[in-house]
Amino acid sequence: MQRKQNSIKLSALFILALLFLYMATAAAAALADPSTGITNIFAPASTPAKMVTHLSVFVLAITGIIFVVVFTLLVYSIIKFRGRAVDAGREPAQVYGSTQIELAWTIIPILIVIVLFLATARAIHAVQDAPEPAGAVEVTAIGHQYWWEFRYPKLGVVTANELHIPVSDPANPTPTFLTLLSADTDHSFWIPELAGKTDLIPNHPNEMWMDPLRTGIFLGQCAQYCGVQHAKMLLRVSVDSPADFAAWVRGQQQPAVQDASVATGRRVFESNACMNCHAVGATAANGRFGPDLTHLMSRVTIASGAATNTPENLRLWIQNPDAIKPGALMPAMKLTDSDLDAVVSYMETLR
Amino acid sequence: MSSSAITIPGVQIEEKPWVDSLHEWVTTVDHKRLGVLYILYALLFLVVAGVEALIIRIQLMFPHNHFVSPQVFNRLFTMHGTTMVFFMGMPILFGFANYLVPLMIGARDMAFPRLNAFSFWLSALGGFLLYFSLVGANGLYGAGNAPDVGWWAYAPLTARAFSAGHSTDYWTLALLVSGFGSIGTAINIIATILCMRCPGMNLSRMPLLAWLNLVMSGMVLISISPLTAAQIMLLIDRYLGGHFFDTQAGGSAMLWMHFFWIFGHPEVYILIIPCFAFMSEIIPVFSRKPIFGYPVMVAATICIGFVSMSVWAHHMFSVGMNSYANSFFTITTMAVGVPTGIKIFNWLGTMWGGRIQFKVPMLFSIGFLFQFLIAGLTGVMLGSAAFASQLTLSYFVVAHFHYTLVGGVVFGVFAAIYYWYPKITGRMLNETLGKWHFWLFLIGFHLTFDLMHIPGLLGMPRRIYTYEPGRGWDTLNLLISVGAFIQAIAILMFVANLIISYFKGARAGNDPWDAWTLEWSISSPPPAYNFATVPTVASRRPLWDLKHPEDPDSRYE
Repeated sequence: MQRKQNSIKLSALFILALLFLYMATAAAAALADPSTGITNIFAPASTPAKMVTHLSVFVLAITGIIFVVVFTLLVYSIIKFRGRAVDAGREPAQVYGSTQIELAWTIIPILIVIVLFLATARAIHAVQDAPEPAGAVEVTAIGHQYWWEFRYPKLGVVTANELHIPVSDPANPTPTFLTLLSADTDHSFWIPELAGKTDLIPNHPNEMWMDPLRTGIFLGQCAQYCGVQHAKMLLRVSVDSPADFAAWVRGQQQPAVQDASVATGRRVFESNACMNCHAVGATAANGRFGPDLTHLMSRVTIASGAATNTPENLRLWIQNPDAIKPGALMPAMKLTDSDLDAVVSYMETLR
Repeated sequence: MSSSAITIPGVQIEEKPWVDSLHEWVTTVDHKRLGVLYILYALLFLVVAGVEALIIRIQLMFPHNHFVSPQVFNRLFTMHGTTMVFFMGMPILFGFANYLVPLMIGARDMAFPRLNAFSFWLSALGGFLLYFSLVGANGLYGAGNAPDVGWWAYAPLTARAFSAGHSTDYWTLALLVSGFGSIGTAINIIATILCMRCPGMNLSRMPLLAWLNLVMSGMVLISISPLTAAQIMLLIDRYLGGHFFDTQAGGSAMLWMHFFWIFGHPEVYILIIPCFAFMSEIIPVFSRKPIFGYPVMVAATICIGFVSMSVWAHHMFSVGMNSYANSFFTITTMAVGVPTGIKIFNWLGTMWGGRIQFKVPMLFSIGFLFQFLIAGLTGVMLGSAAFASQLTLSYFVVAHFHYTLVGGVVFGVFAAIYYWYPKITGRMLNETLGKWHFWLFLIGFHLTFDLMHIPGLLGMPRRIYTYEPGRGWDTLNLLISVGAFIQAIAILMFVANLIISYFKGARAGNDPWDAWTLEWSISSPPPAYNFATVPTVASRRPLWDLKHPEDPDSRYE
C-alpha cells in the first residue's frame, strides 16, 4: 500500500503543479492591460511581435500535445507497473526492445521537428527580411552604460531613453526601422509588446523594426548584461498619433531655450564638468558621453527611467547619483547649494 | 560469469594516525579515492554556490530591495553560475565516472592513475583560484573582489577598459586550469573504456554508463579546447596588448560569443549525458527489467554527441545573425530533440511491464524523467529562433536551464548518490530521511522553477539586481524565493543523511539493490584492487546471468 500511495501522491503533485502553472499563465495574460504597466509577450501590439506570437502559440500547442501524451504515458506506467507485495521475489518478463516501436518513436518526432522548423523559418524570414517602406521612420539607437541614445538622422533630432515613434496605420504603414549600435559593452533592446529583442553590440551594427498598431506607452529594458547598472537601464517607448509625433518632432528640432533668468545656472553648467559629457543645443556644451539635455524637460524620467523627472530628483541626481542608481557613470558633482539650485533651475527651463 | 563474484572481504587495516590518512588521500592515485575526492569537492561547491543563490533570491524577493548592492549582486550571479557549471557539475560527474567506470568494466584502475590524480588536483586548483579572487583580485594589498562579468564573460565587458583589477583574470585562470584537468580526465576515461575492459566485455556488452561516459569524454575533448583557446586569447588581450575581443580597438565581441558557446552548448550535454547514464542504470534495476532498446540508446547518445556540436548559436538568436543562420541553428537545435526524446521513450519502455520499486534512487529518477521532459519541451521553444527572440535573455531561459540542470542534473546526481552510496561507504542511506529530502526538494524545485518561467513571459530580463514594482513580477519573485528556501532545507536533510548514515547506516552488503552490473559483485566498499580475479562476462547483465543460470541474458543477445 505504501508504494501505491507514493505513486498516487507523485502523480497528483505533478498534475497540481501543471494546473498551477497554467492558471498563473492565464492570470498573467488576463492582467496584460496596457494601463497597468504589465508587459506580456502574448499581448503583441505590432506586426513583428504578432508574427512571433502566432508562431509561439503554434509551438506551444505542439509541445503542449507532446507533453500531455508523454506525461500521461509516464504516469500510467508508474501507477500500472508499480511493484506489488504479491509479486515479491518474482521478476517480470525480461523484454529487450522492439525495432518497430523504436522506429515509430524516431520517425514521428522527426516529422514534428520538420513542421516546427518550417513554421519557424517562415516567421524568421517574414520578420527579419521585411523590406523598408518609403514612409518608414529611421532611428539610430546607441547603447551606453547605462542609458539609451536615440538619433533621428532624417529629422535632425537627438534624444535619450524615451523613444517617440508614430503609430502605424496598416493601410498606410509608417513603421520605425532602428539601427542598433553600442558605444561600450553589449546591450539588448527589448520592448516585449512591440518586437523580439535585438542586441546592440560594438562594431556590429544590427537592425530591427516595429510598426506599433496602437498608441500608448510601452515599457521595456536592456536585456543583455552590460555592467553594474544593467537593471536600471530602462526603456520607454511612446507611440504617438501622427499629429502628436509631428508636434513632438517640431519641439525637439527647436534650439535650446535661452532664458536670461537662469544665466547663473547656465554659467555653472558650462564652467563645471557637466558640459564635458552633456550637450545642450546651440550652446558651448557639446559632450556626448551622457544624454543630450537640450529638451530634458520634455522627458518624463531621468537616469534612464530610474526616477521621475521632478526638480527634487534632478537635484538629488546631480548631487549624489548613487542615491538613485549606484554605479551609474554620472559623477557626484559636489556643487555648493546655491550652484546646485542654479543648475537645477537652468535644467528646468530646457523644455 | 566466473569466479569474480566471490566476495573479497575488505582488508582489515589498523587505525592509523590522521596525518598518515591525510597523506594517503592527498597522494592517492586510486580511482575510487579520487572519485570520492571529486564528489566531496563538488558537494562543497554545491553548498557554496547554493548559498550564493539564496542571497540572490533574498535580494529579488521584493522590488527595490537593498539586501545587497548591485556590484555584489553581479558578483554573486557570476560566481554562482561559474561554480555550479565548472566546480560542481563537472567534478561530481567526473567523480562518478572515475569511481564507477573501472568497476563496471571489470578493471582494477583507470588507464593512467597518475594523470588521474594530476587532473583532479588541477581542477581543484581551478576552484580555489576562482575563490581566491575574493582576497586577491585587486592585488594582495588591496581588498579583493570576485569576478562580475557573468559566467559567459561576454566581450567587451572583460576588456581592461570595463574590468579593471584582476577579478576577470582569476576567472580566466580558474577556467583555464580546470579545463586542463577536464581534458586529462576525459583522455583517461576514453583510454580506460577502450583498453581496460575485462574479457568478454566487448563494446556491445558494455554497461550504458560506460558508453555514455565515453561519449561525454569525447565531447569534453572537442569542446573544452575552444574554451581554453578563448581564455588564452583573452589573457593576450588583457596583458599583451592583443585585440581579439577588444572592441575599442577593432576587436570582435561576436568572436568571443562563438568561441564561448561552441564550448558552452556541448557543455550542457556533457553535464546531462552522465545523468542519462545514471538513469540507464537505475531505472532498469528498480523496474526489474533490462534497459529497453540498448543499441538504440547507444546510437541516440552518439547522435546527441554529434548534433550538439552544431547547435551553439541558438544562444545567440538575439545578436543579429541573418535569417539563414537563425534558420540553420533552429533546425539543428530541434534535431537534438529527436535522440533525446528517444531516450525518454526507452526509459518509459523499460518501466513498461516492469515491477517498479519506489526506493529513493528511483524516486529521484522518476522526478528526473518528468522534469527533463518539460525542460526538453521548453528547449524546443527556445530552439525556435523567432520564439526565442522574445524568450532568450529573460527569466524564461533561466527557468529552462535550471529545469535542465537542477531538475535534470541535480536530481540525477541525487539518484546516483542514493544508489551508489552503499557501494562507496558500505552503509545504506536512511530511507526515511531520503524520502523527506526527495519530497521537500521536489516541492521547492517546482515552486521555484515552474513559476520562474512566467516573469520571463512578462518581460523580466535575467541578471537584474532589482526591478520596478507594478510590472507583475513582485508576487512571483516572492514565491520563487520561498521555493529556494524549501530546497535549501531539503539539502540540509541530505547533508545530514550523508553524515549520519556514514556512521549509523545499516550495513549494505555487496548487492543491496539486487542489481546486475559488476560493481555489485564485490564488497562494499570495494578493496583497493577491485577484483581479486579479473571477471569474464558473457552478457550485458553479468550478475543476472549468475543469479538466473536457468535463463541467462547471454542466450538472447
